[in-house]
Amino acid sequence: MSEALLAPSAPPLDSRSAWQRSLSFRRGLLVPGLILTAWIVSTHYGLVNKHLVAKPGAVVTRAIKEATEGGLLVNLLASLQRDSIGFVLGALAGVAFGGLLGMSNLSNRLFSPTFHAAKQVAMFAWIPLLSVWLGTGEQAKVIFIAVAAFYPIVVNTQEGIQGVAREHIEVARAFDYTRWQILRKVVFPSALPSIFAGIHTGLIYAWLGTIGAEYLLAPGFGIGNLMIEGRESFQMDKVLLGVIVVGAVGATINLLASRIEQYVLRWRVTAFEARQ
Amino acid sequence: MSQPEVSYELRAQAPEKPVSSSFGSKLLSSISAKSVGLIVPAALLLLWKVAADRVWAPPQFLPPPSTVLRTFGEQYDSGELFTNFAISLGRVAGGFAIGALFGLVLGVAMGLSRTLEDYLSPLFRAASQVPVLGWLPLAMMFLGIGESLKLVIIAHASLVPVAMNTLKGIQSVPRQYVEVARAFGFSNSQLLRKVIFPASVPSMFVGIRYGITQAWLSLVTVELLASSEGLGFMIVWGRQLLQLDLVLAAIVIIGAVGLTFDKGLALLEERLLRWRPKNSLQGGHA
Repeated sequence: MSEALLAPSAPPLDSRSAWQRSLSFRRGLLVPGLILTAWIVSTHYGLVNKHLVAKPGAVVTRAIKEATEGGLLVNLLASLQRDSIGFVLGALAGVAFGGLLGMSNLSNRLFSPTFHAAKQVAMFAWIPLLSVWLGTGEQAKVIFIAVAAFYPIVVNTQEGIQGVAREHIEVARAFDYTRWQILRKVVFPSALPSIFAGIHTGLIYAWLGTIGAEYLLAPGFGIGNLMIEGRESFQMDKVLLGVIVVGAVGATINLLASRIEQYVLRWRVTAFEARQ
Repeated sequence: MSQPEVSYELRAQAPEKPVSSSFGSKLLSSISAKSVGLIVPAALLLLWKVAADRVWAPPQFLPPPSTVLRTFGEQYDSGELFTNFAISLGRVAGGFAIGALFGLVLGVAMGLSRTLEDYLSPLFRAASQVPVLGWLPLAMMFLGIGESLKLVIIAHASLVPVAMNTLKGIQSVPRQYVEVARAFGFSNSQLLRKVIFPASVPSMFVGIRYGITQAWLSLVTVELLASSEGLGFMIVWGRQLLQLDLVLAAIVIIGAVGLTFDKGLALLEERLLRWRPKNSLQGGHA
């Protein structure tokens, strides 16, 4: 309690009692509960078009069926595979290009305007163009995902490197560090948090790009395809299962990225702690 | 070298803006800096022209720059371009207005009332884990592919970031500010108007900027997937006819609109937040 008083900008959540926290948890269940009830009641008594709105039970059955018969797994694995290949390609290219822009003033002035102009185009608008050049198969999908991840990683890598305090580099110079040492021991560690922020955003964009590429390019295996199929055959349970899986995968990627970020950057002392 | 703390103090006392050099020299250096940035586009354009002239790829795959320019002109003259542009812009404006309004209301309500936040935020956070793109097939089932689909998708895309950032902005108003206001006997409405609202505007603005970007991205996506007019449709249409000149013309406009939104909102933000000294933010949270 006394700590909370000393640092008033700390999240107020800590000061609440266990009872209050459990109350707010139970309150959070009310609205979803109401929606679920309305859904069950309306589908049970036929208040809504039963061809359009699936019963909650049907979604569960569908989930179990798709999961056990392997359909869901095949689609999910296909999506995750192209997502990760595309992301890795995009991230490698992004860190390299962002590093170049951040470290070389000349290349920054040469390439940044073109890069920022291209960045303004909403990313899915590139898909039809890419499809002409690369076809509509796996290759086009993976390259599009790489492009989606590339943008935020370039921006954050460049910002991170440009944000390295000049004093730190001067100190390193005074200690006669070689260029390579400066890069490895000063520039890279201080740019790392920003690079990670870019990688985090890149992961999210890559997942979005995966779904978008599956919608817009050739049919094949993938969560996006599962949903499109479900929509075309009016199987709402299938579509809804897709929605849930897309959200769950997105949330998992997000969580994993934060955890890895925390772990890799655990050596970092924040400005607030440093001043104490 | 002095200790870091000392150097921070020195920096804090220094005037915020460096003494500006003469306007002319700044202009000159900015022109030369910009012209360096033109080298790459010029080189790409040249490469494109050479590649098209020598037919390295069939013209359906790589139309010469002159064709793209001509198509642009034709589309402009026939009014086709403007019609599609206006349709897309209208959809974004409508969808964003609805989404931002609901987002602000939701964010303010959850920010001010803990009870309401308890009730709504778990569902809201869970639902916002699914990207707009994920909801699209479901929304298409319920709404068809008409105009309401576009409005709902764009509204949803802008609602989430606006609500999130508004909530965050209100929740992170330093408690001391509120305590001081209470000590001065501010009424609730004064507290809202003079303390909470101004302190959370920057965060709301971040949400609005992000919301517009998301709205534009979603518009293009939804038009690519389900539309018979608009800039996204122009791309799909051009792709189907293998008229890449049309595709490229639409891409250029989509980029230009994106740029205008981004720069316009940045300018607006700067103007609206002019009253706010740059350092007050850091000072408040330290």
